[in-house]
Amino acid sequence: MATQINKPLEKTPISKKLLNKDTITVFIVVAFYAVYSTLIYTNTAGRQMLNMAITISCYILMAVSLNLVVGFLGELSLGHAAFMSVGAYSGSMLSVALLQSTAMPLYIRLPLAMIFGGLVATIFGIIIGIPVLRLNGDYLAIVTLAFGEIVKNVIINLDFTGGAIGYDTKAIYSTPKALLPYAAAAVIISVLLIINLAKSKHGRAITAVRDNKIAASATGINITYYKLMVFAFSAFIAGVAGVLWGHSLSIIKAAKFDFNMSIEILVIVVLGGMGSIRGSVIAAILLKVLPEALRAVDDYRMLIYSLLLILMMLFNSAPQFAKLREKLNIKNTLVYFKNRKEKKGGNVE
Amino acid sequence: MSNFNKNYPKTKMIVPPSNTLIPERDADKLPVLDVRNLGIDFGGLKAVDNFTLTIGKTEIAGLIGPNGAGKTTVFNLLTNVYKPTRGAILLDGEPTAGKEPYEINKMGIARTFQNIRLFNEMTVIDNVKVGLGGSVKENLFDALFHTPRYRKNEKMLNEKAYELLGIFGMEDIAKLKAGNLPYGAQRRLEILRALATKPKILLLDEPAAGMNPSETAELMENIRRIRDTFNIAIMLIEHDMNLVMGICEGIAVLNFGQIIAKGTPDDIKNNETVIEAYLGRKENKKNA
Ligand SMILES: Nc1ncnc2c1ncn2[C@@H]1O[C@H](COP(=O)(O)OP(=O)(O)O)[C@@H](O)[C@H]1O
Ligand SMILES: [Mg+2]
Repeated sequence: MATQINKPLEKTPISKKLLNKDTITVFIVVAFYAVYSTLIYTNTAGRQMLNMAITISCYILMAVSLNLVVGFLGELSLGHAAFMSVGAYSGSMLSVALLQSTAMPLYIRLPLAMIFGGLVATIFGIIIGIPVLRLNGDYLAIVTLAFGEIVKNVIINLDFTGGAIGYDTKAIYSTPKALLPYAAAAVIISVLLIINLAKSKHGRAITAVRDNKIAASATGINITYYKLMVFAFSAFIAGVAGVLWGHSLSIIKAAKFDFNMSIEILVIVVLGGMGSIRGSVIAAILLKVLPEALRAVDDYRMLIYSLLLILMMLFNSAPQFAKLREKLNIKNTLVYFKNRKEKKGGNVE
Repeated sequence: MSNFNKNYPKTKMIVPPSNTLIPERDADKLPVLDVRNLGIDFGGLKAVDNFTLTIGKTEIAGLIGPNGAGKTTVFNLLTNVYKPTRGAILLDGEPTAGKEPYEINKMGIARTFQNIRLFNEMTVIDNVKVGLGGSVKENLFDALFHTPRYRKNEKMLNEKAYELLGIFGMEDIAKLKAGNLPYGAQRRLEILRALATKPKILLLDEPAAGMNPSETAELMENIRRIRDTFNIAIMLIEHDMNLVMGICEGIAVLNFGQIIAKGTPDDIKNNETVIEAYLGRKENKKNA
């Protein structure tokens, strides 16, 4: 036994650069937007599909950014919609101001608004990040939930935000066709950045904090810094999503960004799999597309929708399914066939 | 030191309280750890009291004592996981009071845990790379955009990580999930992760727990090898007397939170109080 431990336990699977899991994720995102834009710009897509382009993109952004907090950092946040709300209001206000003062075209105005909305959301991310440093689990969930509701109610009760009636964004309204390239760019860039982050020293430190806080700090990791960083970065992406959202509507209402929306995004993250960016992307698309696609079978719509949710949940978390997925995995299949040729030399244990 | 108080009464000179024996080869260097009258209370319980100990720069020191004596608590005090109620810790001459546990690690104390604490969902090599993180500079921009500096760092980290894994021949399992490793391998990995942070002193909390005699013998050899390779001090808590007596140069015995004896393995073996409080029981069992 003693000597066995020092021997190889299992050959490390050959990691083919081409079939890297991150490459697949990026490929899925790019392919999705390629197909979607082709359908839209060739006018093959129906009205419904056209209208959903920006909503889906916003939900992807929200899901991948919440996954940073929930999946990578391991902290439960129930107020993610608030960051989107803050981004939507601040970004849209800047956009309106720029349009009215300089008649700036969309291709400069929207990116500027996105960055601004993202930064304002980041400030809020840091504000909510501070209690996060002291709280865990249930308490944190309650604080973030309260934070979301407070942001919503403050906006409703302010004058310059348009109060309960909402903020008029008719001036900056853009069609889905005009917004889709920006949405695609925002999603692709965000996904790339998150994937990059996960593979860095920062990313490893974040997952270390999630896996074991005591060990992480004993290993020289400044938990405060990384927690704040994740909350800030996550809020930035949510803020960008909000700006996009604001430009796709003729009015934005704070009431839309409530607890229900935060939960909806959390459901997407959980369904897609904690810490899986690809899962978040796919779950966001499916959960937004399915209800529409199922209109054909209207009577059973909700029934089928619920069944699919349960199936997705099972597929992602049940151990039997995990094994099945491992078998179906392309890379493993290749390794399997390769190993079959060599064979012998079994695993220890 | 310019404004020292001249009104102190004249007293005779004594050996400072923390002057524990240290290896002769370390005598001309600052001790890596100089702990004075350290103590902590949990409610009414004095879990550790009057803990005074010096550890030489390249010493292998042992901390032994019955279960519940306060050994793990001492490690938690040394790493500021618990804030000491009283006393002082000097690490290489620097006080560690008020520092966060991660700062203590950066100052030069690394540790393992009695109940293994790995980053279970991460790979073996990533566990080591987390430990190595302090040796490279990376800002958020580098991380997000994979700048040339990032690529240079990663290359270096991978090389260093494999080098460290090589100490225990674990290169082949580098890509496995740490949580899936067998017990012995997890203990080894925890030691490597601690070593990766470039400590001046390595604290090992029951490193041989759950190991069979041949594994323990191998571990003993490895602990000595680590000290010789990295020129660091190692302090270990251990119940396995063969291991402790075999590799430790200085040993402190803790009982009910108090040091009841300090000295070389031979001193400890022959110390009446120790035999009574700790070894005595085993001796009796053997004789019975
Ligand atoms: N966080 C804590 N709160 C209260 N009591 C504690 C705490 N940590 C340790 N103790 C107590 O301190 C004593 C010493 O524990 P410990 O240091 O774990 O002993 P050991 O020598 O077996 O490692 C025990 O009585 C334990 O119950
Ligand atoms: Mg203990």
